[in-house]
Amino acid sequence: MNPGLTARTRRPAFLPNWPARLAWLALITYAFYAASILDVTWERFVTGLDNGMRFIARMFPPDTGAAKLQLLAKGLYESIEMAIIASALGILLSLPIGLLAARNLMPAWVTWPMRLFIALCRSFHQVIIAIIFVKAVGFGALAGILALTVASIGFIGKLFAEAIEEISLKQVEAIRATGAPFMSVIAYGVLPQVLTRFVGFATYQVDSNLRNSTMVGIVGAGGIGGTMFAAFQRFDFDFLLTILLAIIAVIMVSEMLQNQIKKLYQ
Amino acid sequence: MTSAGTRQEWQRYTRRERLARFALYFGIVTACVVSLRTVEIIPEFLYDAPEQMADLLRRMWPIEWRYYPKGVHAALIETLHIATLGTIFAIAMALPLGMLAANNVTPNAGLNYLAKLLLVSSRSVNSLVWALLFVAIFGPGALAGTMAIAFRSIGFVGKLFSEALEEARPGPVEALRSCGAPWPSVFIKGYWPQVEPAFWGIALFRWDISVRESAVLGLVGAGGIGMAIDSAMNLFQWDRVALMLVVIFAVVLIAEVVVTEIRKRII
Repeated sequence: MNPGLTARTRRPAFLPNWPARLAWLALITYAFYAASILDVTWERFVTGLDNGMRFIARMFPPDTGAAKLQLLAKGLYESIEMAIIASALGILLSLPIGLLAARNLMPAWVTWPMRLFIALCRSFHQVIIAIIFVKAVGFGALAGILALTVASIGFIGKLFAEAIEEISLKQVEAIRATGAPFMSVIAYGVLPQVLTRFVGFATYQVDSNLRNSTMVGIVGAGGIGGTMFAAFQRFDFDFLLTILLAIIAVIMVSEMLQNQIKKLYQ
Repeated sequence: MTSAGTRQEWQRYTRRERLARFALYFGIVTACVVSLRTVEIIPEFLYDAPEQMADLLRRMWPIEWRYYPKGVHAALIETLHIATLGTIFAIAMALPLGMLAANNVTPNAGLNYLAKLLLVSSRSVNSLVWALLFVAIFGPGALAGTMAIAFRSIGFVGKLFSEALEEARPGPVEALRSCGAPWPSVFIKGYWPQVEPAFWGIALFRWDISVRESAVLGLVGAGGIGMAIDSAMNLFQWDRVALMLVVIFAVVLIAEVVVTEIRKRII
């Protein structure tokens, strides 16, 4: 370009990227601003650490009294039941819903309401849905089951619809060309292409339901969450630790099972 | 097994696979049946569910829009700050942890294992549980919520970031190393440009999730709009609860649009 370009005026190998630097600066400035607004200060943090030590000291040793363990087993069992039923219901319901929401198989007047329904199921946190169902069907496991079912439909329905939209239409065409009825097209043209992915979504959702079924109890929707929140509010921190350890153990076992199941379908 | 001449029957799966699948289906059905038979559901509650639902909707209507400037706006802004600041803290802590967990950046199995253990433990505790713990430590308020979001997000961002690092091509890195570039330069000019789009994608995705989660943290006393929902619910002011639900729905929608727009620009 410039014939007088010498080694000294050559541009550096890595030009400074000013927009990126400004963005980082803005992010850090925002962090300080938000921290000052939220009253996140160093002193509070230090006092908190002091509190934290006391809190942890009170958690040990974990409470393993017979009555407490019975309470724990009952709550945990209910959580697992809720997770299983909600997953089964959610998966069964999201199969047709996902299918109806797939834009490559269905006309627009079917997919739009279905997509809206899925978006509505997905937009609220499980605990907020649980609040509504606790009002509708009262305290207990049923409210939790319904809340988790709605959340499952929102998640699997969306992913399943997207998976169907990505399939190759050649096989569908081939089966249609033989004059097969609609259900056969679904069963032999669509399902074989999405089955493995669907198993992946479903196992993920079972795991996620199991995690959340231990939480919805906080608003009274059954399961171990209610027991946990009560223990917390009564400063029963040693029992709280027992519950937390039990929940983590259950989740780890479920993760192991999940890996085994995924291997089976690879 | 089969001698020449006899017809061989082909099967897609081995006997072991078929047995394993059968065991799985059997297990699933048994689990469902046992759960359905033993779960405690009070049928009387179910009968009047439609009535209760109608009652709920009647109490929610009309939505008390006037309450927004007085009692919701500040809480909503606090929720957004909790989500954003928590995610920023999480990013700050997940960057070093992700680097330690990636085998090609830190070629030390012990450190990799330690970092992965920290990331897994961050992920295996629900954000509501983190919030409970931090409310006990820091007292009720936004600080507990911010910390809960941060600690829950570290595992998520760190895991995906370390996976992105492990997928980086070694070419540029080796080129820099062979020039004798010091370690920070190798990371900033060798790895970072390769993982940057993935990193911002992960951070935005996590921010989106954090916005949803920070709305409920207040139920256990960790600040934000959840606290307003909790007090309105305890006073049976369902018209206010309805207002807050609508507001949360709007914010979640806006967050999703913002995230998609930014993703389009930077990725």
